[in-house]
Amino acid sequence: MPQRVSIFVTCIVDQLFPNAGMAMATVLERLGFSIDFPEAQTCCGQPAFNSGYRDEARTVASHTLKVLEGADYVVVPSGSCTSMMSHHYEELFAPGDARHHAAERLSPKIYEFSRFLTEVAQVEDVGARLETVATYHDSCHALRELKIKEAPRRLLANVKGLDLREMDAAEECCGFGGTFSVKFPGVSGGMARTKIDSILRTGASTVISIDSSCLMQLQGAISRAGLPIRTMHLAEVLASR
Amino acid sequence: MSTTFDRKIDATLSDPRLQNAIYKATGRLMSHRKIAVDSDVLPEFEELRTQANAVKRHTIENLDWYLEQFERNVLAHGGHVHWARTGTDVADVILGLAKSRNASLIVKSKSMTTEEIDLNERLEHHGLESVETDLGEYIIQLKHERPYHIVAPALHLTRYDVANVFEKKLGVENETEIENQTMIARRVLRDKFLRADIGISGANFLIADSGAVALVENEGNARLTTSAPKVHIAVAGIEKLIPRAQDLATFLKLLGRSGTGQPLTVYTSFLSGPRREDEVDGPEEFHVILLDSGRTKLLADPDKRQSLYCIRCGACLNHCPVYRKIGGHSFPWVYSGPIGAIITPQFHGVESEPGLPFASSLCGACAEVCPVKIDIPKILLELRADVKASEKRHAVNEAERAVFRTFAYVASRPKLWQRATKLAARLGPRGQGYLKKVPGFMNVGPVRAWLSQRDLPAPAEKSFREMWKERGR
Repeated sequence: MPQRVSIFVTCIVDQLFPNAGMAMATVLERLGFSIDFPEAQTCCGQPAFNSGYRDEARTVASHTLKVLEGADYVVVPSGSCTSMMSHHYEELFAPGDARHHAAERLSPKIYEFSRFLTEVAQVEDVGARLETVATYHDSCHALRELKIKEAPRRLLANVKGLDLREMDAAEECCGFGGTFSVKFPGVSGGMARTKIDSILRTGASTVISIDSSCLMQLQGAISRAGLPIRTMHLAEVLASR
Repeated sequence: MSTTFDRKIDATLSDPRLQNAIYKATGRLMSHRKIAVDSDVLPEFEELRTQANAVKRHTIENLDWYLEQFERNVLAHGGHVHWARTGTDVADVILGLAKSRNASLIVKSKSMTTEEIDLNERLEHHGLESVETDLGEYIIQLKHERPYHIVAPALHLTRYDVANVFEKKLGVENETEIENQTMIARRVLRDKFLRADIGISGANFLIADSGAVALVENEGNARLTTSAPKVHIAVAGIEKLIPRAQDLATFLKLLGRSGTGQPLTVYTSFLSGPRREDEVDGPEEFHVILLDSGRTKLLADPDKRQSLYCIRCGACLNHCPVYRKIGGHSFPWVYSGPIGAIITPQFHGVESEPGLPFASSLCGACAEVCPVKIDIPKILLELRADVKASEKRHAVNEAERAVFRTFAYVASRPKLWQRATKLAARLGPRGQGYLKKVPGFMNVGPVRAWLSQRDLPAPAEKSFREMWKERGR
């Protein structure tokens, strides 16, 4: 029997970047996993949590904990949402609270997509091919909260035809930051442009990340500047043949 | 709604010269640090950070004990200790000492603590001349500005700016060579050192087991400030304590490297007590003023009291992509950057500048470089929750709260969520890919803010949920 993995696609992928979610499912199926998409999933609640609305975040977290309760593995096409669920859910509920224990049980089962591939599926070459010069953008929560740095790079190194070049500012924030992007638009936009300068120095025509929110920020600024650069979610790259 | 904070940010963002100055200076400090903490150079760097965090935690949690031990040891060496609850108390102590010693000229070495309490202004108000002797501090004192950066107060000024300041304030030729500028400042300041009655310093560390003050610096002015005048007064926040002299082995390795990328600063001074009988130099009197000014208030909060671990290296500023855009003077207090963003609301109340904890993408670069491992993003999140709790109490920002309440209501009801997101997608702007503009009635609030900088992705034709269903599972 194939191993079952539940996918939590995140609200932003569901609404704006469904192809990234489909690509993630495709890659996982090709590796022999059976995909479960819990229909009742909504959002991880991070927008409320990061905006200081703890009660509202708790409401959403309680729901998500219930939705994902029976999962063996939960795979997420986002470092940021993964970190919200695996790191911050526990903080939201007092240690005596049943939901605190539920969060503790869920935490080790939640995997950001690239980490799931390298650590659980134990693959680094998924047989993908994509002719492009690319650079990888480290999303902050993946890098600093989940310590994901090598996994996506190793996966990309095995994509045939892909020339991966490191940015000098790979680890610098793209400036998205959720509501920060609209509360301080000038600062956020400035950060995106600084990041794009670093992307341009690599000569890459494709920017890859494991977080669609960073890619939305970067693609939005790239599009505004009229630059010939596209952004792709890692899953889309790995699903390419 | 545009606050002073927002306006200052906009002014900084729209000044290309300033943007360039900040970016270059912080970038230089970042790359110096990177070399200095490399595992080839200092393999134990991460262990030192862990150790420093543990020492600070222990000290802050036993602060009363170490403060008393420090006081005993200062007294044993013939020094004096003064306890100050506020900035006014500090000024009163100094004014009292100045009056009884007939002093009129004070030289100062760089100290954020004295900046925090506007000490120069307070002393000048009472007719004393108080002169900053650190070059950067001297320049900004001449300009009547606050420090732009914790360790690099004049980081925002180019040598051409400095030339203009010196020309205007000191009546010298417009000198743009940095070396010559240094010589100009040196000539003025040497004279002040020789004539000064009192020297005031801060303290990088207060060492409990030896009653000593440790000072680090690069110009030698702190050493002159603390040894040339007859009276030396060190002003320090109570959180500057470390238990043992041997703990300096940990902290000194971290401080210079984290701040400026120096293995050690050029000068490190350990000062305990006035000149002894068999000594040839040093002050006749040694005073330490221990300042609370809100610090004990921070001690009460177990989640946020780690804010007091800070050793003021400035690394979080240099590595903060927000600081690198908005600079130091956008911040409401003398402490800028990530550390300023977490301590300002705790000292002055979250209501003083409710936007401050939100001026962060929560990227975590600050915590990654903090030599004492302060979890700055976590504290920012706590402060954001404090801001929202306060807004709720005062019935402020009701519209935003309604949005998030609705969000939580809908996001915890899957059927409703599915209908709402479908509706939102249908009502959203039409188009393919990224849109440069949206119809006028949509171009409001967050959408307008987003579009002011970036193009906006149109909702997907089909959501993931719909695509998944169609695939026939």
